[in-house]
Amino acid sequence: MREAAIVSQANPLQRIPGVAIVLGALIVLFGAIAPGFLSPANLSNVLVQSTILTMLALPMTLIIMTEGLDLSMGAVLTLTSLCVAIVSLATKSMLLGLGAGVLVGAAFGTVNGWLVAILGIPPFVATLGTLGMAQGLSLIVSDGQSVVGIPHSVRDIYSATLAGVPVPIVIALVTYAFFHALLYHTRFGSYVFALGGNREALRYAGLSPNKLLIAVYALGGTMAGIAGLLMTARMNSGHPTAGLGLEFDAIAAVAVGGTSFERGNGWLLGTLLGVISVGVLRNGLNLISLPSSVQVASVGVLVIVALFLDGLRSRA
Amino acid sequence: MTDIAKEALSPPRSFLSQDAIQLFYRLLAVLLICAVLAVLNESFLSLGNILNVLRQASLTFFIASGLTLVVLTAGLDLSVGANVALSACIAGTVIHTTGSPVLGILTGLACGGIVGLLNGIMVTALRIPSFIATYGMLWVLNGLTYWYMAGETLHGFPAGFRQIGSGYLFGLPIPVYLLLVFLGIGTLFAQRTIWGQEIYAIGANPVAARLSGIPVTRRLLLVYTVSGTMAGLASIIFLSRLNSAEADIGESLTLPAIAAVLIGGTSLFGGVGTVFGTFIGALILTLVLNGMNLLSVSANWQPLVTGIIVILAVWLDMKTRRRAQ
Repeated sequence: MREAAIVSQANPLQRIPGVAIVLGALIVLFGAIAPGFLSPANLSNVLVQSTILTMLALPMTLIIMTEGLDLSMGAVLTLTSLCVAIVSLATKSMLLGLGAGVLVGAAFGTVNGWLVAILGIPPFVATLGTLGMAQGLSLIVSDGQSVVGIPHSVRDIYSATLAGVPVPIVIALVTYAFFHALLYHTRFGSYVFALGGNREALRYAGLSPNKLLIAVYALGGTMAGIAGLLMTARMNSGHPTAGLGLEFDAIAAVAVGGTSFERGNGWLLGTLLGVISVGVLRNGLNLISLPSSVQVASVGVLVIVALFLDGLRSRA
Repeated sequence: MTDIAKEALSPPRSFLSQDAIQLFYRLLAVLLICAVLAVLNESFLSLGNILNVLRQASLTFFIASGLTLVVLTAGLDLSVGANVALSACIAGTVIHTTGSPVLGILTGLACGGIVGLLNGIMVTALRIPSFIATYGMLWVLNGLTYWYMAGETLHGFPAGFRQIGSGYLFGLPIPVYLLLVFLGIGTLFAQRTIWGQEIYAIGANPVAARLSGIPVTRRLLLVYTVSGTMAGLASIIFLSRLNSAEADIGESLTLPAIAAVLIGGTSLFGGVGTVFGTFIGALILTLVLNGMNLLSVSANWQPLVTGIIVILAVWLDMKTRRRAQ
């Protein structure tokens, strides 16, 4: 198992074809059939809209590398987005709003990690339970209504540009750089590889796999908190179903990106390309005026195909 | 793995007594919740409310009973709620266009069953982990249903058809009779048939099951198909009870169904649990939600409480099994 991780780290070129072919095929397809798809404005739009998903899919990659899963991410994002909206509305401060969102997100992430690591509850059920909890809390704090009238300082984050580059893209790039450095250039990163591939080795090395696992899930929740700020800024409001199903797009991006669900190896660049693939798919279907329901269904098909191919590869 | 192996090696008789004790605790919980609710709210013990609780519990039970078989094989079906929505919408359309409830019912059951079969194929032939495969299916079905309905609502079904969900027979709601029938069939199938016992064996130790000649793939296909068909049945009851079909009716059904299975003592790790336990689980969950409703707690609290119950149930299950070893 550990060898698989080392091989993929040493030679990521081996894996590029899978996700690159998917992305290339989608771009060629929609370039041919969707009017205006290849215009610079639309392509920039695809990237800006992929920001929130990037912030979820990168930590999801780490979580899946530990043979885990976080189904609660979309619901936690919804809750943190509401927290950002409510707190920034009350205090008129973007930073306090962000702080509240990050705190709530990190708390949920830590609870997820605790349920999985300490209580040993299978990740998909533990996070399904916290999904329900986050969904319920979202309904409770918002009373089922949208939170509107949030300050400009929040909204501007999504529309501002930095040296001509939209701020969301800058945030996504910084996040990617952070995760890349974290996973491939720190000790914590190699521990994450070991969490999926060889947990016993960590124990023999005198480390606590449980604490590391909690940290990985907490990181996921924290990122959902930061993404909550972007979501509130994007919608210019807090909405109790804003992040519904986003965890699934994140899982799709990770699966398409070539991170395996069973072998403890992960590839961040693949996840990034996976995120863009999902973004292109949704944008392209939107341009040829297919309803969002069809987008949802096709992301579902994308995941199943990606996992099937992953299964074929692992048997080969 | 070692847990499963240990479990498989322990003598089967201790299972039964362990199951009996667990069941006793759960019945005690039912009585306790009833007593508390009766004290807190006098309308709880009214005949109308009790029948209401039974009817609600039966809706959860239909979905959860099929799911129980899946969980017994150490799998999970997250697509049941979305399956109910799609089956209800398609069955509703068939009834509207043909005017025949029988045709509609058969279509609903078939639709649910086909979805279940597809889940089974993904899990067996494509070897995708069940929780991911059925989660993908959830979104595929959601997308299909919303696309198919395009924001429309189907209204108004024949009076005879509506009797299935809202009618009474000798003073009891018809869904309660259906509940008793399927409780009986489910229990007999799981405990008294070879196929049922093979399902337990697959959940307890899939490798041993395969080596001892059990056709694992075919049994898994069966289990997922049954789960889908039961979702199809639930869709019919929903359709006739609500007298309308909308794309979003399934969204709040999956978590309660999983909660009912887990509260009922069926282990997520496979091989342990009963259909009767799931019935008790559905009853406990319904009582809690009904109680919240009677005490005028906003319905917004329901997902939060259900989520906590799911986690508590799994944790308790793991704790008792650890102690049993």
